[in-house]
Amino acid sequence: MKRALIIDDEPLARMVVLEYLQDFKDQIEVLQECGDGFEGLKAIQQLQPDLVFLDVQMPKINGFEMLELVDSPPAVIFATAFDEYAIKAFEAHAVDYLLKPFSKERFNKAIEKYLAISPAAVITKNTETLLEAAAQSPAQNERIVVKTGTKVKIIAVQDVEYLQADDDYVSVVTAEGAFLKNKTMAFFEKTLDPGQFVRVHRSYIVAISQITRLDPYEKDSHLAILKSGAKIPVSKTGYVKLKQVLGI
Amino acid sequence: MAASQLSTSKLFTAFAICGVVWAALQGYIIHSFGFVWLTSVIDAVLSAVLLAIACWLINNNLRYYQPDKESYFYLFIWCAALAIACVAGCRYILPLFNLGQVYFNFLQQSLEIRFFTTFLALGWMAMISALWYTQLDHKRTEQRKTEAEKLARDAELYNLRQQLQPHFLFNSLNSINALIGFKPELARKMIHQLSDFLRGTLKKDEQLLVPLNDELAHLNLYLEIEKVRFGHRLQTEISCDKACGEAMLPSLLLQPLVENAIKFGLYDTTDAVTISVRAEVEDQYLVIMIQNPYDPKTSRPRKGTGFGLSGVQRRLYLIFARNDLMETHANDNIFTTIIKVPQL
Repeated sequence: MKRALIIDDEPLARMVVLEYLQDFKDQIEVLQECGDGFEGLKAIQQLQPDLVFLDVQMPKINGFEMLELVDSPPAVIFATAFDEYAIKAFEAHAVDYLLKPFSKERFNKAIEKYLAISPAAVITKNTETLLEAAAQSPAQNERIVVKTGTKVKIIAVQDVEYLQADDDYVSVVTAEGAFLKNKTMAFFEKTLDPGQFVRVHRSYIVAISQITRLDPYEKDSHLAILKSGAKIPVSKTGYVKLKQVLGI
Repeated sequence: MAASQLSTSKLFTAFAICGVVWAALQGYIIHSFGFVWLTSVIDAVLSAVLLAIACWLINNNLRYYQPDKESYFYLFIWCAALAIACVAGCRYILPLFNLGQVYFNFLQQSLEIRFFTTFLALGWMAMISALWYTQLDHKRTEQRKTEAEKLARDAELYNLRQQLQPHFLFNSLNSINALIGFKPELARKMIHQLSDFLRGTLKKDEQLLVPLNDELAHLNLYLEIEKVRFGHRLQTEISCDKACGEAMLPSLLLQPLVENAIKFGLYDTTDAVTISVRAEVEDQYLVIMIQNPYDPKTSRPRKGTGFGLSGVQRRLYLIFARNDLMETHANDNIFTTIIKVPQL
């Protein structure tokens, strides 16, 4: 028996999934319905479901942002209205995606596909690559969603001063403090707007708008002084990149 | 605009040539009275320079301010005053060049005729400037009108694209799909609302201004559909008294604003949301206020589709030639959009 969650902010949309799932009563059990990403996140962490039916556009945090916060994401079947950016991501990596409104036949196909490729490890990996692909879409890189304790914090990208590598995490530094995100520097370097953020060092990505001064420091390297007073090391190659973006 | 800049510089060249001819003529006339060339040239050049300054003043004045019928009188006084200033300039500056007693007497005697010619020249300048700028203004109004027509078309197209393509339509169809299973009556009702709404966006283009009542009826269809989709999370308050209902406004103006309010209201919180629309008539203006709650900390930058709020403002500008008809405020977690529609 597989255990499933339905996460969608529209009650009627959840009902369609519930109704269609009647035929799979013996294989799939619905644990809970959730009306937004916060509820969804809590339910996933507590109940550890095998499968999640997920809408993308939801209040506060969207489906992708919610998945990013889950430690080991379950298999995901997206059910969403047209979203041109997300579709590419779905095609490559989700178990399946359903475009609303979807037929019973199409739904059955998605479920059968899921039941056929069950080994959990494969699915988790798929969901992770899916998130990376989704993060390329413009809507995704305007903000960064992080967990602080049990709370979810939404950071607007323009509030970010710099990012610093921190073991397996990246520390996102804002005026309010530093927040850990379970992503790599390479991920942020790829997804953040290269006109606004430059990787100036192996362990640092800095927001250009925050830099007030560049001071020479030791041989071949520099220090970037930020508005907040923070001093960020700039490597030789980082300095070249920075000069390019600043046009000097 | 490039074309009008070109013609402005042409106009300027024409005036410069006129000025030179004017100065040459004056020099020649003074010389014919028996003065040496040097004296004539100094007199002519100084007069022409003063006249040019006065012309420039008048021209600049008219560029930024078009006189209406009553104030043509002030323009007349303006010209007279400038003419006096020019002549006075000649009277007091020319003697400084030490051109002799005979010339000084001549200058004294010619002050009146100098005044009249200068006044005449300034009057011409004022008339030509006034005509020129009125015509330019007229051209701009024409241009704005055609642009307004085009934008209304764009608005209709936008509405179609917005409604027919993305989330609204597909999600509504999905809701109908769900209702068919257990509440077929409601499903049928929603199909009718959706069709009426779509038909409304299709045919609204022809008349530019519609009564608020019609616009609100159209808006209600949209809100009813959204309420089925979002259930108890979406509530609306619409207040509009009898006088307001008759007030006119550009068609399809409210729906994008309310859509924006719903988008940011509903997706900014997980609680129930009340969107309020209030209309009143105030000193010849129909004032409509749309409010939605929002969360300043997590709200995404309001870029949207680029048409939502800025499109409405642009349309108001093109129709009424004013940029102050729409304002937005964000305070106490309430986002307010106010539009003012002049009642003609």
